[in-house]
Amino acid sequence: MSGKLSDSNKPGMTLIVKTITRLTVGLIFLYGIYIVMHGHLSPGGGFAGGVIIALSFIHFMLAFGKDLALKKLSSGAASLFENFGALMFLTIAFLGLTGGYFFFNFISKGRPFNLFSAGIIPLCNVAICLKVGAGLFAVFVALILTEITTKRSDR
Amino acid sequence: MIELYILLLFMILAAIIAVEIRDLLSSVIAVGAVGLGLSVAFLILKAPDLAITQLVVEILCLIILIRATIRRDIPMPNRKEEVIGLIMAVLFVGGFLFFAYFALKNLPPFGHPIMKVSQNYFSEGLRKTGATNLVASVILDFRAYDTLGEATVLFTAVIGVLTVVRRIGRKKPGEDIKED
Amino acid sequence: MIYLMCLFLFCIGVYCILVKRNIIKIIVGIGIVEYAINLFFILVGYRLRGRAPILAQDQVIQNMVDPLPQALVLTAIVIGLAVTALIVAIAIRLYERYGTFDVTKIRRLRG
Repeated sequence: MSGKLSDSNKPGMTLIVKTITRLTVGLIFLYGIYIVMHGHLSPGGGFAGGVIIALSFIHFMLAFGKDLALKKLSSGAASLFENFGALMFLTIAFLGLTGGYFFFNFISKGRPFNLFSAGIIPLCNVAICLKVGAGLFAVFVALILTEITTKRSDR
Repeated sequence: MIELYILLLFMILAAIIAVEIRDLLSSVIAVGAVGLGLSVAFLILKAPDLAITQLVVEILCLIILIRATIRRDIPMPNRKEEVIGLIMAVLFVGGFLFFAYFALKNLPPFGHPIMKVSQNYFSEGLRKTGATNLVASVILDFRAYDTLGEATVLFTAVIGVLTVVRRIGRKKPGEDIKED
Repeated sequence: MIYLMCLFLFCIGVYCILVKRNIIKIIVGIGIVEYAINLFFILVGYRLRGRAPILAQDQVIQNMVDPLPQALVLTAIVIGLAVTALIVAIAIRLYERYGTFDVTKIRRLRG
C-alpha cells in the first residue's frame, strides 16, 4: 500500500503539508464542535458535525503517517467512543419513558435562542456526533490501511 | 430560476462524462463534481442543513473511492459491450421517461407545495420543542424513530466493513484458504 | 420542466449500472442515482421565494420552505455514504480474490 507514503524513509507527506496541517487541524476540530453544539439554533446538527470531526482526524493521519495518528486516537478508543455514543442515544430515549412515552422531551425547554434550550436535542446531537465520527474514522482505518496482496487465484 | 437550470445542466454534463470516460480516476473525480453541484443546488433551494452535510459527505465518499482506484488502472480490453444490456437499458429509460411525464402532471406545480403536515410544524414547533432550527426539531423530536433507525444502519455498515476487511486467518498469499 | 431534467439524471445513473462492466463504474452509477433522488425530494418541497426553515430573532417569517422533505433527505444522505463505504470494501476484497474488476469474470460461487 505505499500509495500514501512518500519515497523517503520518513512517513507522511512533505514538510509543507505537515506545517499547514499543524495549523489547521485544530481549527477544523473546533469548527466541528461548534456545528454540533449549535445544532438546534443554526443549520448543522449531529451528522454534519460528526463527519467534520472524523475528517479532521483523517487529515491528521494522511499528513503525518499511520503510527503518529494512531497514537492520538487508537482503534480501541474509536470503538469505545462509538459504543458510548450509541448507548447514550438509547439511554436518552428510554429515559423519556419516565415522562410518558418513548423519546419524550423531558428536560425543560428554556428560552429560545439560548445555547441551553430545547430539551433533549443538544444531548442527542452530541451522542450522534460521537457515534458517527468514531464510526467513520474506524471505517477509514480499516479500508485505507490494510495491506494489499493480490492473489492470482483460481481462474 | 435560471441558475437552477444551469446548475442541473452542469450536473448532467458531469454525469455523462463520469459514465463514458475510460480512465477510472477521472470518472471518480467527475462524480465529485456532480456532488459539489448538488451541494450548491441545495443552497439555492434554501436548505442550508443539507448543503453542509452533502459537502462533507461528498468529500469522505471521494476519499474512499479514490482509495479503491489508485494504482489499479487496469486497461479494460477493447471489446464491444454486450448488445442485450444496451437494448434493455434504452428500453427501460424510454419507458420510464414516458410514464414519468404523465405522472409528473399530477404533482403540484413547481414552487407551490401542498404543506398539510408542515403547517403543524410551523405553528407548534417552537412552542413544543423549544428549538429554532425546525429541521433539527423534526429529526430529533417529532420523528426521532427515523434517526434511531439511521443510527442503526450506520452502525451495521461499520460492522460490515470491519468484517469484510478482516485479516484473521490469512496465511501466505497463493495458498488456498478456507474462510468462514 | 425541471423535474424531467432531474429524472434524466436518474436515467443516466441507471444506464451506467446496467451497461458497464467495471465494478467502479457501477459504484459511480449508484452514486449518481442517489444524488438524483435526493434532489428530486427537495425540488418537490420548494416554495417560490420561500426562506430557509430557521426562525430568526427579530423577524416573523411568513413563507418558509417545507422542512419535512429536508429531514428525510438528511437521513438519506448519510445512509448513502454508509452503503458506498460497504460496497467499496466488497469491491476491494473482490479485487484481491480475482485480480480484476471485471464483473463478467467474477462468476464463481466458492462454497
